[in-house]
Amino acid sequence: MKVPFAVKCALVFVALFVAFALFGQWLSPHEFRATSLTARLKPPGTEGYLLGTDARGRDLLVRLAVGAQITLIVAVVGTVIGAVLGSLLGLLAAARRGWVENVIVAAVDVQASLPIIVVALFVLAMFDNSFTLFLLLIGLTGWEVYARLMRGAVLSAKEHGYVTAVRALGASPARIYLRHILPNVASIALVQFTVNLPLTILLETALSFLGLGVQAPLTSLGQVMSEGRDRLLTAWWLTLFPGAIIFVLALSVSLIGDWLRDRLDPTLKSRSS
Amino acid sequence: MIGYVASRLIRAVITLLITVTLVFLFIRFSGDPAAALAPPDAPQEVIEQYRRAMGLDKPLWAQYTAYLGAMARGEFGYSVHTGLPSAQLFLNRLPATLMLGGTALAIALLAGIPMGAIAALNRGRPIDRAVMGFSVFAFAMPNFLFGLVVILTGALVFQTYVGASEDTLLDVLPPALTLGLASMGAFARFSRSSLLETLNAPFMVAAEARGIPRGRRMWRHAGPNAAIPLVTLVGLSLGGLIAGSVVTEQVFAWPGVGQLLVRSVATRDIATVQFIVLAIAVTMICANLIVDLLYLVIDPRIRAR
Repeated sequence: MKVPFAVKCALVFVALFVAFALFGQWLSPHEFRATSLTARLKPPGTEGYLLGTDARGRDLLVRLAVGAQITLIVAVVGTVIGAVLGSLLGLLAAARRGWVENVIVAAVDVQASLPIIVVALFVLAMFDNSFTLFLLLIGLTGWEVYARLMRGAVLSAKEHGYVTAVRALGASPARIYLRHILPNVASIALVQFTVNLPLTILLETALSFLGLGVQAPLTSLGQVMSEGRDRLLTAWWLTLFPGAIIFVLALSVSLIGDWLRDRLDPTLKSRSS
Repeated sequence: MIGYVASRLIRAVITLLITVTLVFLFIRFSGDPAAALAPPDAPQEVIEQYRRAMGLDKPLWAQYTAYLGAMARGEFGYSVHTGLPSAQLFLNRLPATLMLGGTALAIALLAGIPMGAIAALNRGRPIDRAVMGFSVFAFAMPNFLFGLVVILTGALVFQTYVGASEDTLLDVLPPALTLGLASMGAFARFSRSSLLETLNAPFMVAAEARGIPRGRRMWRHAGPNAAIPLVTLVGLSLGGLIAGSVVTEQVFAWPGVGQLLVRSVATRDIATVQFIVLAIAVTMICANLIVDLLYLVIDPRIRAR
């Protein structure tokens, strides 16, 4: 199996990012909320502050580590929620047909008529922002794509001979769909997962950047960036470091996703490359 | 064909109705507007008075029909903070957003499609890889980061503050480029794969066999056929542009609808948020409908069905 050089770099970066998110806090002697009046806006390389400090004298390195952790959790959990919810609804629509299918298809249409960031903003305007609510909102990202893809895939899988065969053997509907059809169409959801993951990362960081996502005292990469926004010219490290991490992370994940898609889905290969 | 148009129209209306209903239910169940409007130490009787005045004591379905009736009359409520009708606030901001979004879409189309076409015609060569690399870059680049880089470049290299005004084309370009970048990458990637697919189609081989010169084959045979799926993509990219404009307007302090939305969310100005959300839904539903109907015009295969 030949892995392209760019994908190798992407895999290395993602591994480094995960390690940084898990253990990065130990690289710094400071606590991520600890402020210091004497160490405000220190540039990178200052004694004791490898990546500098923010306007309240908090160590940027440890804030980035904690931010990376939250960004990672939100991205992975959010993407999983969307994948499971959307796939199951798509499966249900194809399995039950009738009014169940109509309701699910209508819900897909409604979701497709509103960008997820607008839905998130609408909900955040009315409910108190909590981490759980935010996670659920991020989890809605792209569910309608899974639902649409899975419904189509299951509908066509139902026509296959193996389904008729297991049905003739007396398998229950639940067994047919979950044990036989689902494994056969799961690769479609998996491919979509890799497409969706960078979108989830970008949505979380964008909302946090707008000040409407992860709230202090917690932090995320987008939130660290938004705090440094007003000091773009005087304290460039506050926006540049988190921004660069978000960009390279999203880039790496999409490179890996494109590569996985070509490997897992031979029908797409002929079209896209 | 009339059946196709009718089914699309009905679907669009149903989608809009469900969206309106969901917005209504969310607002009603998010909290008690009477308690929020009344002074914090108001006695229960005063809050009850507010509730009666706002019609909140009526059953849910009566509130719902009253809500729909108000919408039909064009009454969308007043902004709590400015006292102005929410529709008015929205319309004040709309030109700036249309200018930004329109320029972004134009940049994305004019740069993205030729890039994709050049890549497809030079498949496997370095220029093809460069275009594909660019499209991944454009997809992964968060627009808030790119916007800050643009502002920084403007300040350090050109010694100007980008986004200080929105009068000339030169002022629109930096935020429009920021907003259009992601769509540009998507258009490049999509038009490349669409053109590649067309180039391999049997009718292209047939055209070559008939001795039609290459230039004519590309412009008259491959081009129009490869452009059909692009119509869908332009329709779909609208959602991305709307979502992107929320962030881009914030970064560049662009006085558009996106900035109004973020500000209204932060100040919990629900009437304004509600109007913007519904306006976006209507725009997207109409855009999807137009794309579906455009297909009828462009693609004779659907008309035949």
